[in-house]
Amino acid sequence: MVKGPLSVSLDSVVVRRDGKLVLGPLDLDMETRGITVVLGPNGAGKTTFLKVLHGVERISDGEMHWSVANVQAREEQAYVFQSPIVLRRSVAQNLAYPLKLIGTVKSEISMRVSLWARKIGLEDALDFPATRLSGGEKQKLAIGRALIRMPKVLFLDEPCANLDGRSIREIEELLHEATLAGTSIIMTTHNLGQAKRLADSVLFLLGGRLHEQSPASVFFNIPSTSEAQSFLNGDIIE
Amino acid sequence: MNEIFAGLQEAFRLIFTLDSDLIEITLRSLQVSVTALLIASALALPLGTWLAIRRFRYRRFAIVVLNALMGLPPVVVGLMVYLLFSRSGPFGVMGLLFTPTAMIVAQVIIITPLIASITHQAMRELWSEYHDLLISLNTTSLQRITALIRDGRRTLMTASLAGFGRGIGEVGAIMIVGGNIDHVTRVLTTAIALETGKGDFALALGLGFVLIALTLLINFAIHSLSRTERDGTW
Ligand SMILES: Nc1ncnc2c1ncn2[C@@H]1O[C@H](COP(=O)(O)OP(=O)(O)O)[C@@H](O)[C@H]1O
Ligand SMILES: [Mg+2]
Repeated sequence: MVKGPLSVSLDSVVVRRDGKLVLGPLDLDMETRGITVVLGPNGAGKTTFLKVLHGVERISDGEMHWSVANVQAREEQAYVFQSPIVLRRSVAQNLAYPLKLIGTVKSEISMRVSLWARKIGLEDALDFPATRLSGGEKQKLAIGRALIRMPKVLFLDEPCANLDGRSIREIEELLHEATLAGTSIIMTTHNLGQAKRLADSVLFLLGGRLHEQSPASVFFNIPSTSEAQSFLNGDIIE
Repeated sequence: MNEIFAGLQEAFRLIFTLDSDLIEITLRSLQVSVTALLIASALALPLGTWLAIRRFRYRRFAIVVLNALMGLPPVVVGLMVYLLFSRSGPFGVMGLLFTPTAMIVAQVIIITPLIASITHQAMRELWSEYHDLLISLNTTSLQRITALIRDGRRTLMTASLAGFGRGIGEVGAIMIVGGNIDHVTRVLTTAIALETGKGDFALALGLGFVLIALTLLINFAIHSLSRTERDGTW
């Protein structure tokens, strides 16, 4: 375990796919702290950016460094994908899986599984097949399974897309609690209201490039670029 | 018409009196096909899974070859195995021609591509579902294959059963390499062919019923496996 928050620096990072520029060039220094919300219109490169940070998206050019070795950084991170991936197993086995992989002892696993099942409101569904949960329940399961290893950094890609109000509130509570327990969060969202409720700082992406990096209070009140201003006004930007 | 009816009656009598020939032939059929199934599964399940998750240069080609092998006419497989095991063939010294072992070899060759191909398709689907998560969790190759085989075990059983169904109902290849020798290599399908040729419909029908029952059993099993898979109940 590493003491203190992780930080990351990107040096002219570029991602190209099929000859098309998807992200970058991106220069950025960031200390992960509280909740960082990545904002930007559809296709801005938010998902690609998150995957690059997590080290699961191949970089075409440039370099990225975490404050610890990249392998170790990945071990301290967890990622919840845009559409939640659940294993074809029971709820309990889904929660247990990341712990099993790292050889956690059985008693510890069962203790943490029941703890997290309670936190995500699925304590009565431990033996229920995870593939038959509702969308909101699957998302909560994916978040619980991501947090069960108590990562230093949690990536979330649109965690509340297509969810009802109650699920959104429960998930936001989970995320808030996680930050109190020492997990930093980097997430994307389409929901400006959610960004305002959760964000400590904001990264604003547009056309694959970083247009703004500010504390939330600054970004939402006095955005420094006209594009961010239009985005906040709900104008269509390209 | 009368002849067939009498044959049916006699067939039921053979089954319900547990006729010793009928039992012996059925057991030999099971012995050959179950052994072939076990060997073929041990080869095909890991191979199909490996093909699904591993990217290598000739992967596409390997899959095409696999699908082509699946369409091999069993009679031709029988001929090839015959040539390999015949006295002048490369494995002639082993003296395996006209033994159950040669029949097992032929069946393994026939059903391995089928099982591997079904496995490959199912595992590719599951892998695309799991891919991002397993990468994100920093899993080793072994952990990935384990997770896929564990969570895809129902489809894998379906694949194996399909292979078994093909093996036990196959007649061309095992007729050639087994020779349909009484008390040695006679199995359900070859016996049916022989008895029908001789005009002894009773035993042929009795054996036919056993074969149909086995096939139905396999298909019910496949059906219920794929249903539980779809409903996510396990
Ligand atoms: N593998 C890929 N091949 C080609 N284009 C891609 C690929 N992945 C993403 N893109 C393109 O890159 C852009 C950014 O995608 P993405 O990161 O998903 O944006 P966002 O999450 O902000 O909507 C989009 O225009 C998308 O079409
Ligand atoms: Mg996205």
